[in-house]
Amino acid sequence: MSDVNLAQSAPRVIAPTAIGSSRWRSDAEYVVIPLLAIVAAFLLFAVFLLGVGKSPVEFVQLVWRGGFGTTFSLQNTLQRSSPLILTALAVAIPARIGLIMIGGEGALVLGGFVAAAVAIPLVGVAPPMPTLIAMALAGMLTGGFWMGICGFLRCARGVNETISSLLLTYIGVAIMNFFVEGPLRDLSNPNKPSTMPIGSAYMVGPIPGTSVHWGFLFGLVLCFLLYLLMSRTTFGFAARVTGGNFRAALAQGLPVGKLIVACSAIAGACAGLAGFFEVAAIQGRANASLAAGYGFTGILVAFLARHNPLVIPPVAIMFGGIVAAGGLVQRRMGLPDATVQVLEGLIFVVLLTSETLYGRFSIFKPRA
Amino acid sequence: MSNNIISRRALLQTAAVGAAGAAIWLRPWTSARAAELTVGIVYVGARDDFGWNQAHAVAIKSLKEVPGVKVVEEENVPETDAVSKSMESMINLDGAGLILATSFGYYSPFVVDLAKKYPAVQFRHAAPLWNKDKDPKNAGSYFGYLNQAHYIDGVAAGLSTKTNKIGFVAAKPIASVLSNINSVLLGARSVNRQAMVQVIFTGDWSMPVREAEAANALVDAGCDVITCHVDGPKVVIETAEKRGAKTCGHNASQAPLAPKGFITGGEYKWETIYKGYAAELAAGKTLPNFTAGGYEADFVRNSAFGAGCSEEGKKAAMAAIEGLRAKKPIYAGPLKDNKGKVVIDKTYDNLDPFLDKMDYLLEGVIGSTT
Repeated sequence: MSDVNLAQSAPRVIAPTAIGSSRWRSDAEYVVIPLLAIVAAFLLFAVFLLGVGKSPVEFVQLVWRGGFGTTFSLQNTLQRSSPLILTALAVAIPARIGLIMIGGEGALVLGGFVAAAVAIPLVGVAPPMPTLIAMALAGMLTGGFWMGICGFLRCARGVNETISSLLLTYIGVAIMNFFVEGPLRDLSNPNKPSTMPIGSAYMVGPIPGTSVHWGFLFGLVLCFLLYLLMSRTTFGFAARVTGGNFRAALAQGLPVGKLIVACSAIAGACAGLAGFFEVAAIQGRANASLAAGYGFTGILVAFLARHNPLVIPPVAIMFGGIVAAGGLVQRRMGLPDATVQVLEGLIFVVLLTSETLYGRFSIFKPRA
Repeated sequence: MSNNIISRRALLQTAAVGAAGAAIWLRPWTSARAAELTVGIVYVGARDDFGWNQAHAVAIKSLKEVPGVKVVEEENVPETDAVSKSMESMINLDGAGLILATSFGYYSPFVVDLAKKYPAVQFRHAAPLWNKDKDPKNAGSYFGYLNQAHYIDGVAAGLSTKTNKIGFVAAKPIASVLSNINSVLLGARSVNRQAMVQVIFTGDWSMPVREAEAANALVDAGCDVITCHVDGPKVVIETAEKRGAKTCGHNASQAPLAPKGFITGGEYKWETIYKGYAAELAAGKTLPNFTAGGYEADFVRNSAFGAGCSEEGKKAAMAAIEGLRAKKPIYAGPLKDNKGKVVIDKTYDNLDPFLDKMDYLLEGVIGSTT
């Protein structure tokens, strides 16, 4: 982000005709370097595959077929990327204001649980659409409140938000388990403690013509809206200033505390919405399966997207595709599941390493 | 010109003959392909976890040797829509005709919904959840009464213990776990009236740290044989072996983990069920919706005796296995729970549904379900 600001604020006299081409050149850097990094990660992974006596070509073919090559595979990929888009936003938004929050998992789990709990008295009484809206709002408010706690602790008491958000995740999961195994347990389901099912009439269906649920589209829309919020509004500007230099923002009289709590709450609401979709589109009830690690994978996605909401969807889809194809790779090549984790790890490390390459290639420098 | 026409006609003729020939040649090939069965299996954890997943993976390995059967496997599949997509991918991309879903949480809503979506594919799930009134006919359940194998553990342990105290590390106080604990006690008591079982519940299926603490605490309390019912028994068995205690396994063979103290262990024999399914599909029969049993059906077994088992323990265990094959009842009532209340009023058959509702520990078990 600071790079972008520098580039935009650099007082340089450029001929009007050259502006387009030079901006194009510096923007290209943000596309070419990550792509090269991914290719490099794949090459490293190919060496690994050769080392265990498997064919990298077959691997690439299977990843293509299992993740993107057929209509089914593509929908599989998009479906798997939906929760990741929302949980990545839960990391990216606080990152713009300079906070590393990794508690999306807790907000997702609690948001999903409260959404399921709100539905219990409404199912069979209220019609589906108002019920779903109430569930979604409840999930978002809960998630927003939960992450808002971390933001509040940060600005009121100076508590490290990374630690507090991580620890609150465990508390959130424990709260859900308490209710799901106790007061709100569906007694007709003896061996897997869950809340009462909301029933198929109250479930969020797929986007027409696909098998992908609506959470994917909501994620895309939110990415766009939050991009606008963070880059085109005074709120976003104030948040970025705070993220760039906390003391300067204070000195300017910006409401730093409110901004931090607001960004944290927005993040929590995104994760809470992901929880709502897990309950209303997938599970149909709240139980321990909500804590499936989407919140943690979202951290990876956000970092790879450099906390840019517009870059989150393609990164999330890439992750979704690799995971979706991972199954086919396991089945056809007889490789253990850890293989895909090796690839994910390589991509992550190489991409992070590639950060040091920015600004080092003269080809991307704007020419005066 | 005429050359052209002839060649065009010749071309058409050749193409037609070729197509017909290809069709004839293809027919046996396609029917042979149709007779082949692809079985897709999904595991919630790693295939080499020394526990639940490994028990299934071992069975699948033997299914792979059956001619005409192809197996596709996927491990570490969480109980979310990921399992739904994995199973669907097996159907769409691998042509699976039989799906084996091996984790409890896969069933509802994932297996049920997918069975409705793909009525031509058979789905079987490893827990007694299929409901004949509500659930699709191409879905079903299978499971083994592992408590019978734990009863044999008890017999062998009862004659291998010196302190007469057997320690049991248990996950949750639900019926299937309680039945395993009570069966170990009854097995041990059948050969050693002084035998006791002391149980510690860890609270969840996979709590490695607490499992190690519990195993240590039981050894400290004087137990010289340790057994367990948790997802991955590796930690419990290794901890006990390190402390010099003997061990009985659970789910899969843990014999390699305890070369000195391993007695025997309760194992599932899923291959009986899996091979049965494959044979019935090959014969064009419909699969049963509900398959369950113990030693009498060859659905469970005991790991080969280890160095920790006494000679008389081996003999008594072999005899007890013959008894179970002949359906000799384990729960011979009346029996009291460890608070003195009669909970089993008469002798029940080993598969009696009355026993599936067990919520007590029998007299002779030290510990509490709450």
